[in-house]
Formats: sequence, structure tokens, C-alpha cells
Amino acid sequence: MTVLGIENVSKTYGEVHSVRGVSLNLNAGERVALLGHNGAGKTTLMRMVLGLTPLTSGRITVLGMPPGSRKARTAIGFLPESVAFHGALTGREQLHHFARLKGVKRSVADDLLERVGLTHAMKRKIRTYSKGMRQRIGLAQALLGQPRLALLDEPTSGLDPISRHEFYDIVDDLAKGGSAVLLSSHALTELESRTDRIAIMSKGHLLANDSLSNLREAARLPIQVRVKATPETADSVAAQLGGTRINGASVSLEVQQEAKVSLLGQITGLGDLVKDIDFTPASLEELYRHYSVPKQEGK
Amino acid sequence: MSTIAIARMELLIARRNMWVFTSLILMGLFSSVLTLAGGAPTGSLGVDPLLIATTSITTLSVYLIPLIGLLLSFDAIAGEAERGTLALSLTYPLSRGEILLGKFLAHLMVLGFAVAVGLALTAGLTIWKYGSADLNYLPLLKLFATSLALGAAFLGIGYTISALAKQTGVASGIVIIVWLICVVLYDLGLLGALVADGGGTFTKTIFPWLLVANPADAFRLINMPTDTVSTLATGLGAAGQASGFGPQLASLLLWPVLALTLAWAAFRRVEP
Repeated sequence: MTVLGIENVSKTYGEVHSVRGVSLNLNAGERVALLGHNGAGKTTLMRMVLGLTPLTSGRITVLGMPPGSRKARTAIGFLPESVAFHGALTGREQLHHFARLKGVKRSVADDLLERVGLTHAMKRKIRTYSKGMRQRIGLAQALLGQPRLALLDEPTSGLDPISRHEFYDIVDDLAKGGSAVLLSSHALTELESRTDRIAIMSKGHLLANDSLSNLREAARLPIQVRVKATPETADSVAAQLGGTRINGASVSLEVQQEAKVSLLGQITGLGDLVKDIDFTPASLEELYRHYSVPKQEGK
Repeated sequence: MSTIAIARMELLIARRNMWVFTSLILMGLFSSVLTLAGGAPTGSLGVDPLLIATTSITTLSVYLIPLIGLLLSFDAIAGEAERGTLALSLTYPLSRGEILLGKFLAHLMVLGFAVAVGLALTAGLTIWKYGSADLNYLPLLKLFATSLALGAAFLGIGYTISALAKQTGVASGIVIIVWLICVVLYDLGLLGALVADGGGTFTKTIFPWLLVANPADAFRLINMPTDTVSTLATGLGAAGQASGFGPQLASLLLWPVLALTLAWAAFRRVEP
């Protein structure tokens, strides 16, 4: 079921084209990562979905309803990029306030505080919170009432590695419960295993929109292979496999996906000369560069 | 429900920010001092001591209530937009009108509470000094009700400025200028025009309406007794009474509606 429909949406501020002809759909239970440089148009796109910024052209629907309508807003949980609260309130008071606005029981808000690990600090004023703690309050308010669509703008900024892990556990649960999750991030590596689909934006254009494995296949970026030998044998291994010798005892080479298995056979054929092998597929960062850089130059 | 939730949070913030305390001290202190000192020059002339007190408090309230109203409201929209809390609030299922109304209710309650405590102190001190016999409480109630209307008008003006200015720094500067104009410069200008006109058609036909068009002046006129006291209190009083009670009341009732409508229209254009 389509939760979020974005059809050929553009946004222009005077001469500046923030978003150009973007189409993107999100289904229930799907986790989609929206990637892009600063100023790529990610935040503008999210603001249009929220109804905070009017569209210049195109169409957006949230569960079939126009963005910004009361029903659409009830269905959305939003975590802004730099989330801010009133410092004079305690975390608990702030979350209870949002629960009232969403028509959710206060006990649910208390459960969420526990879920994001803030129960110990809930009676402290928000102005005493660290950035990570404020981010957790932000996440908790976005989760109120199990939103059908969660929009999370740079949700893990300010979180330490362990908190990030916990954060993605929460996102997984949200998606399992049937929510569609659209999240933007700069921290690419953490997204690799945690999202179903990757959408890449650059200068307002949507340049890619597919699963990570499909994007890898389409990009045809080589797999990095590193073969570990000994200082004495490295040169002969390099000569036989056609790679370059690095670090004194290792050989580095690149291979396309379809040639991987035959290369593996070749390496095994070298017998005792080889001590270890590492295969590294193109990282999300490389894919991101691949999809966002060359097309920019073409425009 | 959303309006109540907003009002509830704003009250909590006003309490934490000491706004409730500050306005309470301000109104309480001035009301007590004026009540105790206000009766001194009249001695026991048979004038209702409560009337003397309310007249003094009116003169002061003309300055204080607009000031408190503007100070409570100038940050309401610009501050939230600047801090980034407005964008998040607007993603919740509630309208801008509900947000504005919620803030208004909370701020009016803060103001009303401060005025009520001040006037209660006035009543208490008057009874303590003169006894409760023959006191007419009507001016006190009238002062309370019109104070709320005056406060509401300036809260609305403050929200309008806050929505148009978009920055708290700018908004705070503008509200001070607006306050100066409404409670000081406007009257001075009219006084100058009166002197220049020398009792001509302006004095008789246009002036009373111009005077009552300013909510602060309407408030002053409606709470001043029509006899000599008002002439003593303000040079504008006697001539101003020409407009009568109806227009004065209309001015005080229409201003809050007008100002809040303007604020709502300005707030609708704010893109957080």
C-alpha cells in the first residue's frame, strides 16, 4: 500500500531550483534512505511532504490526502534536522504536550521515554540535556501514536555509535509495525544494512532510487580484492593475478561481479602462496559518489 | 483540545520564565502603593476612597497593561520560528488559529491574574483603611473587565508584530515603539492638534473619535469619573468624554478582535 506518493514535484525559490521533478513512492513497512549533499533538496522535499512549504508544481499525497491536511499530519511523525524544544520544560512535560496534540495517552509517552532511554532524565529541564538527549526526545515525539509515515531528517546526528544502533532497532520495529520510514543521513555506512531502498538526490534531482544490491549491480563498480602473501612471494602472486603489490606482503586488485568466482578459483590455485583473501564490494559512499558526481557534471 | 494543550504549555512556560511572578509583583506593588498613597491628598472629603484608588490605578494601568501585553506576546511567534520549535508544532494536527488562540488564552490568564491580584489588594487595603461601609465596587469590576480588554488588544498587536517581524530582536524593538506611540506620543499629538485648533471644528467633531480610536485612551476614558477628577488627571479627559460610553466600550471590544484577526492573518503567512 502506498503511504507516500511524490509525483514530479518541483520547488523554486525565485531563481533557485531546490527540488526538480522528483518522483518517489513509499509503501507501508518500507525503510527508505534519502541521501544527498547539503543543499541537495532533501529537507525541502520533507518540508513539502509535511505541508510546511508549498509545492511549485507536482503532487504529493500522504495516504491519499494532500500534505498539511489534518489527516495527513495525524499520520506523520517528524523528526527535524536540528530539533529544538523549549528549554524551560522537562523532557516529560514536552513529550506529554506533544501527546496531547496528537491525541495519544500520556502513558504511551512515558513508555516512549523509556524506549529511547530517557526515563532517568525525564524530570530534568531540556536546557540541561545534551544534543543526543534532545535528539532522543525528538525521536520519541516522532514515534507518538505509531505514525503511518515517519520522516526522520538526519536522525542520528549527535548520537554515539551505540545510540545509533539502538536508533536503527527502533526504526526496524517501526517498519515491522507497518510504518513507512523515510530518513535522510550523511552517515552512509550505517545505512547499508538498515534500509530497504536508497534514494540519492543531488542539486534537486533524484538520481537513483533502488535497493542497495540493484544500485551496486547497475553501477558496475569493481569489487576490491586483497590477497595476503608473504614478503618473498608477494611479487610472484602479483605477477600471476595481475594486481599491484602493496604493504610489502599483499596484492591488491579489482574485479567485476561476474568475474569474482573465476578469480577466486585462480587464487585458490596458487595454494600455499596465499595466506588470506578479502573481498570488499563497493561501499555506499562509493556508490553515492558514483551516482551523484558524474551526472552533476553533465547538467 | 489542541488549544487547551497549547494554553497549558504556555502557562507552564510563563510560570517558569517568571513572567507570572514579574507581572504579579508589578501590578500588586503599584496597586498597593497607589491605594495607600492615592487617598492622601483628598483626605476625608466624602469621595468614595475606592473610586480615588481606581482612578489612580487607571492612570497607571494605561501604561502598564499595554506594556505587559506586548512583552508577553512579542516573542510568541518570532521566538518559536527562530528557535525552530514552530516548524515541529505545525507538523502536528492543529491549525495556526488554534496555536494562536492557545497562546492568547494563556497570556490573557497571566495578565488577568496579575490585574486581579492587584485589584484585590486595592479592595483589601481600602477596606482595611476605611471600613467596608458605603464602598461601591462597580468601578473596580469595570476596571478589571476593561483591563482584560486592553490587555487582549495589545496581546493581539504583539502577536501581529511577532509574526511580521519574524525575528525576536526586531519584534522587541517594534513593540517598544508601538507602546510609546499608543500610550504617550498619540496623546501628545492630539494635544498639540487641540492647541493648534483652538476649539474649532477639529476639537468638536474629529478629536473625540480620534481619542476613542486608541484603545489605551478608550480605557482611560471609560474608567475615569466624568467630573473634575478626569480633568485633573488628564488634560484630554473633558473634551474626550464627548464621544460617550458606547464608542469607548466599542473601541475596547473591537480592538482585541481586530488585533487578533490581524495576528492570525500575519501568522498564516509565516513559513517556519
